[in-house]
Amino acid sequence: MSSGVVQVTGELIANRRVGAYHHLTVVAPGVAEPAAPGQFVALAVGGPTSANLLRRCFSLHRVKPSGTYGGTVDVVIAAHGPGTQWLTALRPHDAVDVVGPLGRAFPLPSEPVSCVLVGGGYGSAPLFWLAETLRERGCHVEMVLGAASEDRLFGVVEGRRAADAVHVTTDDGSAGRKGWVSDVLGEVVERTAAGVVYACGPMAMLRSVTEVAQAHGAVAQVAVEESMACGIGVCMTCVLPVTGADGLTRMVRSCVEGPVFRGDRVRWDAIGDGISRVPDDAVGAPRPGGH
Amino acid sequence: MADMSTTLAGASLPNPVMTASGCAAGGKELQRFFPVSELGAFVTKTVMRDPRSGRPTPRMAETPSGMLNSIGLQGPGIDAFCEQDLAWLQAQGARVLVSVAGNTAEEFGEVVERLVASPAWECVVGVEANISCPNVANRGLVFACDPVSSERVVRIVRGRVPASVPVFAKLTPDVTDIVAIAAAALGAGASGLTMVNTLLGIVIDTDRLRPQLAGVTGGLSGPAVRPVAVRAIWQVTAAMRAGTLASAPVIGVGGVRTGRDALELVAAGASAVQVGTSTFNDPSAPRRVLTELEAEIDRHGFDRFADVVGIAHERMARP
Repeated sequence: MSSGVVQVTGELIANRRVGAYHHLTVVAPGVAEPAAPGQFVALAVGGPTSANLLRRCFSLHRVKPSGTYGGTVDVVIAAHGPGTQWLTALRPHDAVDVVGPLGRAFPLPSEPVSCVLVGGGYGSAPLFWLAETLRERGCHVEMVLGAASEDRLFGVVEGRRAADAVHVTTDDGSAGRKGWVSDVLGEVVERTAAGVVYACGPMAMLRSVTEVAQAHGAVAQVAVEESMACGIGVCMTCVLPVTGADGLTRMVRSCVEGPVFRGDRVRWDAIGDGISRVPDDAVGAPRPGGH
Repeated sequence: MADMSTTLAGASLPNPVMTASGCAAGGKELQRFFPVSELGAFVTKTVMRDPRSGRPTPRMAETPSGMLNSIGLQGPGIDAFCEQDLAWLQAQGARVLVSVAGNTAEEFGEVVERLVASPAWECVVGVEANISCPNVANRGLVFACDPVSSERVVRIVRGRVPASVPVFAKLTPDVTDIVAIAAAALGAGASGLTMVNTLLGIVIDTDRLRPQLAGVTGGLSGPAVRPVAVRAIWQVTAAMRAGTLASAPVIGVGGVRTGRDALELVAAGASAVQVGTSTFNDPSAPRRVLTELEAEIDRHGFDRFADVVGIAHERMARP
């Protein structure tokens, strides 16, 4: 849990379209400075009397601790509901309430090992900052970016700057290789002798990334996607089954104990079809007859 | 500045604003935004006897001016709660209203026994018996839908909490006659009432054409339910004023987002107010509502918060 979390009224300074997404830059003093790749912000939507009470959480794409306007944070948003549509319709100088930085960042290797960063759709947003951070530590970094189609890829050009190599897949073959990220990941991990695979994107993708990483001897660190009502650890809505160091599975909050988890600790057997079930062997799982 | 202190069946609080159970976890998370000791009381997430995983996800569905949740009383169990959360709250100097529940009436009693025996018991200013949580697979747990069950649970809890500490029964508005349930709870020894818990609802996911919550039903909360809370408080307070129901303090909860919202519940009869779902929107909401409520009391020219409690009953427009 980040101890440096603040709630600030931010000011939007840029809102630009990137393919199917919007890239927003917000002045948010106090949020950028302590942030690390993998953390996220929770944005209020619709203003102080909004009927949409729940915050929308977005991984931090980039931060600039001391820009011209003070600390800024960048997020990438896909508009698909009333909250995200409100955010993507914001104009420069509009106010947006920001809580952050939140969550557990991607753990960084202490040695300069090879790393592969895998992004699905705009899930790749936090990976370019991560790539730069890893390369500063002497790591060899390759990226695998995938999406349903070319317009849903995010950051291919940015990836070519931030990483040593970028591999692209699309489901329909409109860009890069036709197929899924998992189709090319094994070869990349093998060739680069990667020690860590970092991933962010849909849950099904994270599961297959974890399986491929394990099969090739790498550790997977995945940033999960679970709906959050508050983002700060009070509502208990964003839980998923994760096995702890003690071998016990608990329903843990992805906002404070995640969003980054070691892939082999996530109970993928209980996750699917948009549901995270409570495994029978989880701590406090329902017993026959009650709960 | 008005005197904001309030008294709830012998428990004196410096101000009437609290968190609402299940909307503030154990306190550490909100302490990052404001000192929880500044609230009149901190209301904990409902604690049961054993550790509990809660229900599958999705557990949340946004609704107009509200949300459904189906958390299912996830928690660490009473022993871990006392050792960690309660001890931490005591160290902060917080006054704590502990929300308790059990699968059976007797289990309520066990939870309370262990709570009273805890080294951190001194910070507890009251016990809130959650007899109305809708988010449990066994709907029989909603004791507060039935006067007989309500009475049995409250009697056991009251019997095991020292007489100097008030016991509040938290009621659901999902009943035909909330005054009858209130009468049963007060008759069994409840010192006061917390009104209201969430309302049972369902949201359908229109992409998948299935219930959005994995648990199918959930509890509706947020500003959308505020008129229901005000109504419940009004009905019970009116019965108390008419002498058909024993007088007891009411803690109002339901859809409070601003000081003005809180004032509605107070004018209807609430001697204290809990801020719940709005905390998800604004982590500072409980503390902000206190500041705003103080300003409202001042704006109306009252010297004492206590003078506003139930005042709307005296100001009804009469034909």
